[in-house]
Amino acid sequence: MLSKIVRTVANQLVLFILIFGLYVIAHGHLTPGGGFQGGAVVVSGVVMLLVAFSSQDLKKSVRERVLSIMESTGALIFAILGFAGLGTVFFYNFLVGSPIFGRIPPTGPNSGDFWTGGFIPLMNFAVGLKVIAGLSAVVLAIALFARGEEMEE
Amino acid sequence: MENIADNFPFVASALLLAVAFYIVIFRKNLIKLIMGIAMMASGVNLFIVALGYRTGGNAPIYTDVPPGPMVLSVPQALTLTSIVINVAVLALMLTMVIHTYRNTGDIDSEKSRKLKG
Amino acid sequence: MDFLVTNAPILIVALPLVAAFAIPLISLSRGGDRGRNVFSLAILGLIVFLVAILARDVHAVGIRVYTFGATAAELAIPHGYTVPVRIIFEVDGMSIFMGLVITIVALASLIYSLHFMKGQTGQARFYSLMFLLYAGMMGLAFTGDMFNLFVFLEIASIAGAALAAYRTNRADAVEGGFKYIVISAISALLVLFAIGILYAQYNVLSIAAIAHFMQHTTLDMIALGLLAIALVMKLAGVPLHMWAPDTYTVAPAGTTPMILAASYTSMYALYRVTFTLYGGLINTTTIGWIVIIVGVLSMFIGVMMAVHQTDIKRMMAYHAISQGGYMLLGVGVGLAVITNPAALANYGRDAMNGGIFHIINHVFYKALLFMTAEAIFFRIGTRDTNKMGGLARNMKWTAAFYVIGALAISGIPPFNGFASKLLIYETVLKFSPVLSVIAMFVSLVTLASFTKVFYAAFTGPELPAYKKVKEVPKSMIIGMSILAAFIIFFGIFPGLIVNTIVAPATNALIDQAGYINAVMGAVP
Repeated sequence: MLSKIVRTVANQLVLFILIFGLYVIAHGHLTPGGGFQGGAVVVSGVVMLLVAFSSQDLKKSVRERVLSIMESTGALIFAILGFAGLGTVFFYNFLVGSPIFGRIPPTGPNSGDFWTGGFIPLMNFAVGLKVIAGLSAVVLAIALFARGEEMEE
Repeated sequence: MENIADNFPFVASALLLAVAFYIVIFRKNLIKLIMGIAMMASGVNLFIVALGYRTGGNAPIYTDVPPGPMVLSVPQALTLTSIVINVAVLALMLTMVIHTYRNTGDIDSEKSRKLKG
Repeated sequence: MDFLVTNAPILIVALPLVAAFAIPLISLSRGGDRGRNVFSLAILGLIVFLVAILARDVHAVGIRVYTFGATAAELAIPHGYTVPVRIIFEVDGMSIFMGLVITIVALASLIYSLHFMKGQTGQARFYSLMFLLYAGMMGLAFTGDMFNLFVFLEIASIAGAALAAYRTNRADAVEGGFKYIVISAISALLVLFAIGILYAQYNVLSIAAIAHFMQHTTLDMIALGLLAIALVMKLAGVPLHMWAPDTYTVAPAGTTPMILAASYTSMYALYRVTFTLYGGLINTTTIGWIVIIVGVLSMFIGVMMAVHQTDIKRMMAYHAISQGGYMLLGVGVGLAVITNPAALANYGRDAMNGGIFHIINHVFYKALLFMTAEAIFFRIGTRDTNKMGGLARNMKWTAAFYVIGALAISGIPPFNGFASKLLIYETVLKFSPVLSVIAMFVSLVTLASFTKVFYAAFTGPELPAYKKVKEVPKSMIIGMSILAAFIIFFGIFPGLIVNTIVAPATNALIDQAGYINAVMGAVP
């Protein structure tokens, strides 16, 4: 555990990191980024907490069971979105033209329309969920391993 | 001279690969072996992303892009996928090395070795 | 039905992935263990059905192309384009052949594991990884573009390595898994480098499109070399076989056959690269000879290393390397004479039939042998043949399955190993008698080595320590008997099997133009 200053700053900063990560996930279909990158940004916040606090402290607040459920849910949402297009072809972008993310993106240089991309933003969210859960579990498990502990089964 | 400047990314990736192969073949420490594989991955990723470069092309981002041709984003997509996969591979390798260290008390590939013949 | 056949290629790969992610959730609920077992079996049963109808369709109609996200599955090239841009699955005779091999082995392994894994920790992850490995292998067999070949190779490697190191409290298990992941990571990166070289020249990733535009420049030859080294490393061909004995030995039962099948899926990838991607090459003879030499070396060195092993699974692992050599030999002969129509019709095609038939035969009997070895380990807790003895008294089924597997691997009629080995001997004799003699010699040594282990483990006086050893549980026997039934069936009706599933695979490999046209056909 590091000094009080570090812990306080880390506590405040983690919110900003979380928001930035979610921003990167949400705008994955418009700007560089997406589910994996945004998720990795969020997990960098987790790593910061891991450095500022001890891994045992973090283990109390983050349950492995919850991470496992989050990860599987993310993957399943991704797969279901793929299956949903099966009326035409797997991964067919069935949301194009619908009110949800269904607008056709304008051609040429433009400032970006958030409600475009069909199911791609939704997939970014699913991947983001999976990456946040998966990578958090990985860094937490390795940090606990280093202290000779295990995550609970 | 101009030619070398154009091919600089490829030279860099070749150097990375050469160093990485040296590490993977000659180093006995398992953590260093993993570092070697990470370097190899970086070398290959650099090679592929460098293939996507076109002089005068714009980055394939639709927001506020200057007029002109855009580059095709396939090499970037390939690199990204390969990075994601490598994260998984490296995490798995590190976990295995931790287990090896726990079971045998050593991360030297000669000393922690159990299977022979 | 039409809907199922059209979408079968993707369903066969996507359903295991869904199962892999659903299994942890199901296991968390109450009564999860039972529910998970039923769910796994149900999903795999559905997949077996899908593979069967897809196989019937591919054999009757021809290559099936599946384009992701297009308006129609067959629309490989979108309107207004001249090259394919989407992700493509392309299922031809060879792909579906591998699909059948993998699926049957997966079914037997899963049933076998149900009892084997009972009471172990981390079962949810075990079944998740099994399905992930299955999805990776099927994707590798079905994929129509080079990049997904890399992706599925990595999925299969990660899942396979994690499974091999499943018993993390044992140092040797972790070591075997680590070797597998290191070799896999290096070979996958070499494949990716080769893909980069190919993409730089032709700006496409689809196998058919690259083959269509292929110029056979020096860079292409470098890419071929990288691909060949990487894939030979993955399929455990001598001299890059060092990982295989370690990994096969330590992997828990049930998964060893799957990892074995993963090696032969890499062999499929090697065939796909040499026959389809570099098909029209002038010096296929040289490449064929390289494949033959790797095959003969694997055959000979593998069996020589196997003879003196005392660990029963390690011995079988070296035999797996040796038998892999037969497949390379058979197909290599076909590749060497592919530009010579007379020789191809005379013996080349049959040699390839033999080599490809040997894949399915070998995966079945070697999977059975690994399972019997692990059944012994399950009951007496050692793999050392010196510590075994008299086990046939109490483990009658296991002993019987071992005998079936041992006779099949040694090429004794009427088991399936004889059928494919005979095809290889006959045809290789016409190509080069020396190679045929080596192949027969290796087969003899194989028989000797398995007989030795049989006497050591199953016969002899009953050891006092093993008086109370019982037969293994029912699900393990069912898993083994599925494979044994296939071995005997294939041994009695080899002609039928060769005509229905092996010959289409051979034709698919030889018919490079057909593979290209299935995707590029719309181009004038």
